[in-house]
Amino acid sequence: MNQNITPDPNPPSGAPCDPGLVSRRRFLTRISVALGGVCAAIIGVPVVGFVVAPLFRRVPETWRTVGAADDFKIGETVSVVFRDPSPLPWAGVTAKAGAWLRRDATDKFTAFSVHCTHLGCPVRWMADANLFLCPCHGGVYYQDGSVAAGPPPHPLIRYDVRVFNGKVQIKSAPIPITTTL
Amino acid sequence: MKRICGGIWHWLDDRLGISDLLGPPLKHLVPREATWWYVFGSATLVAFIVQVVTGVALAFSFVPSSSQAYDTLRFITNEAPFGAFLRGLHYYGASAMVLMIGAHMAQTFLFGAYKYPREMSWGTGVLLLGFTLIMGFTGQLLRWDQTAAWSVVVAAEQAGRVPLIGDWLAKFILGGTTIGGATLSRFFAIHVFLIPACMFAFIGLHLMLVLRHGISDAPVPGKPVDPKTYQQEYHAALEKTGVPFWPDGAWRDFVFGTLVVAAIALLAWYVGPPAIEHPPDPSILQADPRPDWYLLWYFAVLAMIPPRIEGVVMVGAPILIAFIILLAPILGNKGERHWSRRPWSIGVVLLSVLMIGSLWIEGANSPWSPNFNARPLAPAVIGTTNAEVVRGAKLFHDHACLNCHLISGHGGRRGPDLTYVADRLSKDDMIVRIVNGGNNMPAFGNMLKPDDLNAIVAFLESRHQARTVATAAANP
Repeated sequence: MNQNITPDPNPPSGAPCDPGLVSRRRFLTRISVALGGVCAAIIGVPVVGFVVAPLFRRVPETWRTVGAADDFKIGETVSVVFRDPSPLPWAGVTAKAGAWLRRDATDKFTAFSVHCTHLGCPVRWMADANLFLCPCHGGVYYQDGSVAAGPPPHPLIRYDVRVFNGKVQIKSAPIPITTTL
Repeated sequence: MKRICGGIWHWLDDRLGISDLLGPPLKHLVPREATWWYVFGSATLVAFIVQVVTGVALAFSFVPSSSQAYDTLRFITNEAPFGAFLRGLHYYGASAMVLMIGAHMAQTFLFGAYKYPREMSWGTGVLLLGFTLIMGFTGQLLRWDQTAAWSVVVAAEQAGRVPLIGDWLAKFILGGTTIGGATLSRFFAIHVFLIPACMFAFIGLHLMLVLRHGISDAPVPGKPVDPKTYQQEYHAALEKTGVPFWPDGAWRDFVFGTLVVAAIALLAWYVGPPAIEHPPDPSILQADPRPDWYLLWYFAVLAMIPPRIEGVVMVGAPILIAFIILLAPILGNKGERHWSRRPWSIGVVLLSVLMIGSLWIEGANSPWSPNFNARPLAPAVIGTTNAEVVRGAKLFHDHACLNCHLISGHGGRRGPDLTYVADRLSKDDMIVRIVNGGNNMPAFGNMLKPDDLNAIVAFLESRHQARTVATAAANP
């Protein structure tokens, strides 16, 4: 007669253990844990990949027109607005970016990032003082973007600028992240 | 009717096992002396529940899209019934949670309640404090106005200081290389799903540990914790003098919790939620981003760290502080618990409060920030009709000197108060300082014409106490 006998899972203390049973249980434990790991990997790998994908998204650095060259007076520094290189469709106003643009000569422009190199706050141009001031922690920059005072570790980042078909174009770039270590 | 209700209850209780589940935790014995000092933990839980309920309600109308969140928040605040009140409840609930968790932690530390066998209760509590602060910061970002958008940039810049992986972390925070469509939605996911899930798990663990090890008895001078005998003595005392948590211990939690909810509601109703500022347009540069009050102290820290060690402090200090706090029970899990036998514990708490309090005041005043609202000095402040001095006063404003220096209470506080500068600096000293800069002041040598420099110096030379007193007498 064929009988299914389930071994007592809690044999009395001191009872001899069947080596085969121990081995089977060890196997079942390991296979269960392994299957759990496989399930976690099946779900986890795409989840982690999806969440960290923006880190690896290649963003093209694109020339963006910010106005006609004739609209800018020589020696004047003004804020200009341009769009991100590749904004997501639902970005709305956050697709905009700003820069400080100065016309140094007829065909020479300089564009500064608006981000203070201390912690990224938007610097303001004080026209009469010829200084950029940061509202957050008091960073000050000279008109060439070099640090004049306060905590900024580096000069203001500059964008590439060109005049193309009479239009001033700025090459959009990522927000400059200061890494000091 | 009573019989029918009773019957239904007994049926449900029999099938669901509610009494079996909740009975033992509610009836577990707590020390009789666990009085009003012990209400801060439950008050933190009450504030958390307020956050969960109001947060879920707000999520019914909030659209976590970079292009629409700002408008939905304006709708919630200005048009939705009870919208402003709900936002206020959520904001002051967060404030209450930060305050209560701080008070709970200070009480636990002063009472030595982190010692054996409650080391892990302390550890989970410290993690919950961290989660609470992350919730506070990410919650401010979900307001998705100008300050929120720039705060994301500040957070990314700080993350950028982390060695090796800083750039990656910054991109993770921004959702790319700039603020954009991906930025807000990831903070929404973190604020609404990820961190709350961690909080639910750790609150559950924290409460389970409270039940496992019991509420700590009041510290008694001369009665140190000895891990060999503590459990036995604790349970013997409980058997002798303990009272059931429900209702003998819990009523104080309910009274204090109700007061917390009432305070949150009153503030939400009468003061209202924080204003929704300008839209999150990164091209609007007239921004002055500041964190919410509970992180203002850290804002001050970031301004006051010497630049040479800034990167190390920005990354290392939070890790070191968290490590030390987590390590507290490992460093001293036995011995005296009463604060009178651990005077240094009072010192630590007082120093922490004083440090955070004074940094908070500095953060609120932000004396290191230029005053962009400085108006040209009025004739009464200039105090003379001398043409050169008047022109100097105008130049002092136009060249942004007034943004950083005070003149008779007008201007900024970033640099020294120059109201009586002529009493301490000679004309030559003034010229040297202005031309060469130094001590956190830009050099104006290349930016000022000689005539303008002379005019500004003439104005500064007129800033002495005797003149001010005379002017005040002439213009009572």
